[in-house]
Amino acid sequence: MTTADALAGAPGGRGFLDRVRRGSAGPVAVVLAAIVAIWYLGAIQLNTPRIVDQYGRDGRATWTFAELVADSWSMERPVLPAPHQVAVELKKSVLDIAVTSRRSLVFHAWVTMSSALLGFAIGAALGIALAIGIVHVRTLERSLMPWIIASQTVPILAIAPMIIVVLGSVGLVGLVPKAIISTYLCFFPVTIGMVKGLTSPEPIHLDLMRTYSASTAQTLWKLRWPASLAFLFPSLKVAVALSVVGAIVGELPTGAQAGIGARLLVGSYYGQTVQIWAALVVAAVLAGLSVAAVGGIERLALRRAGAQP
Amino acid sequence: MTAIVSVESGRAAGKPRAGAAPGTAPGTVAVEIRGLNLTFQTADTPVFALSDIDLTIGRGDFVSLIGPSGCGKTTLMRVIADLQKPTGGMVSVNGVTPEIARLRRAYGYIFQAPALYPWRTVIRNITLPLEIMGVDKAERLSRAKRVLDLVNLGGFERKFPWQLSGGMQQRVSIARALSFDPELLLMDEPFGALDEIIRDHLNEELLRLWKRTGKTVVFVTHSISEAVFLSTRIVVMSPRPGRIVDVIDSNLPADRTLDMRETPEFVALAHRVREGLRAGHSYDDR
Repeated sequence: MTTADALAGAPGGRGFLDRVRRGSAGPVAVVLAAIVAIWYLGAIQLNTPRIVDQYGRDGRATWTFAELVADSWSMERPVLPAPHQVAVELKKSVLDIAVTSRRSLVFHAWVTMSSALLGFAIGAALGIALAIGIVHVRTLERSLMPWIIASQTVPILAIAPMIIVVLGSVGLVGLVPKAIISTYLCFFPVTIGMVKGLTSPEPIHLDLMRTYSASTAQTLWKLRWPASLAFLFPSLKVAVALSVVGAIVGELPTGAQAGIGARLLVGSYYGQTVQIWAALVVAAVLAGLSVAAVGGIERLALRRAGAQP
Repeated sequence: MTAIVSVESGRAAGKPRAGAAPGTAPGTVAVEIRGLNLTFQTADTPVFALSDIDLTIGRGDFVSLIGPSGCGKTTLMRVIADLQKPTGGMVSVNGVTPEIARLRRAYGYIFQAPALYPWRTVIRNITLPLEIMGVDKAERLSRAKRVLDLVNLGGFERKFPWQLSGGMQQRVSIARALSFDPELLLMDEPFGALDEIIRDHLNEELLRLWKRTGKTVVFVTHSISEAVFLSTRIVVMSPRPGRIVDVIDSNLPADRTLDMRETPEFVALAHRVREGLRAGHSYDDR
């Protein structure tokens, strides 16, 4: 049951709005179609001035609206490419080219994801470790928490080049520096969520552990940890999406040879907007799939933990 | 008398102190309380939660603490369980301080709420204390099955707590407390949240359980009929400051049925409890 279901009250509503709230396939398709339509209209709006300029340079005096629209949707370097142009580029660079080729987006996606996932793994572990420390040692809460919060107020774009340079000077290049930037972004939501989660057990549940003379470690593993799972997974979803962003940002300042970030850079050097958009779509899909994967693990874990269906 | 003052208790006192207070044969006293005081320091005035409590609970007794809200009955129980430190006086549980008794897992505590861990099945909730105490797996399961049968919940092993009614959940929590076989059961209004029909049923079941296991039970309640029906001894408490106003030894026979609540003996005991409550100003307007 979703929040929208609860808002809609009885699930029997037959009207269009009721079906929109329930998220039936039809209305979802309508919303998607509306977004695509707005995109196409935007492409006309943004691209036609340059088409008209071109017509002027070609000496064409008259043109029909249909010609104008058709041309605005098929420019080689449009301001805003039309969806089908992006789709064609995606098909070419994802499906038609061997994945080992440098022109394959799958290759670049893999480069980015490998560092994003490494960074996510380190970040999640670091976030959990920090939260366990903060929950158990009051000094750590006082001394670490301000730094943890301050770390997130620094723009990642400003600090990423420095991290890359500093790590490069000690001989760390390639995958690890990018992963560190992902880690920098994604430990934070995990720490915040887990501090909340590890302190979520009710006093009566903690008293019970005390009556058994349970050790701090036993209380952690048998009570605090399982109680925190409901808080861990939403944090991990935020973190995994951030780790993709971090990996891409990490590819920008070094002029990386491979990865989604590298594709974005190359695309912008040569004004290849279609290529940029295709890379953006792949980045969004990667982040979406990662979040969905964490969501899947969450459902399995919570079902094992006896969550009410 | 060897004063075992809780406020001074510590892990240093690793060895058990010898026996109970003088005058009582060792091994017959489960809980001994002398001159117990507990004061909460609040911003403006101190709150006297417990004042000059003297109480002896014999081994195998079923003792009820009854009184209105705020009379300190739950606080007294928490002091016995070492969940709360007293500010003065002497408490001994099985002849040692409450802390040492807790470290020795001398008692099972049953809270007002079942306090089951929602991510554990019934059987794993019951084996929780055994896991903590390092009992091996086969032994854990066999003990859990035994206590589950004791509370008539055989067959519910794989259910999660939310799949059980409130009364069944509380029975699971009783089974969990019995699983490691403590000599002392501390029950803090265990049936307070249940309806009267289920409460009657569980009261009968609890009496049977007590007779079969021979445990010492300390039972907090604010139901007069529950206290009289269950107890061999009723301790009437009153608030502000929390103190004992009467201790009543029950003359009811050991075999009790719910029908017995209409007998003159039962009514007389209930009347005396009510008198004690009135003497403690429990019925005054506040």
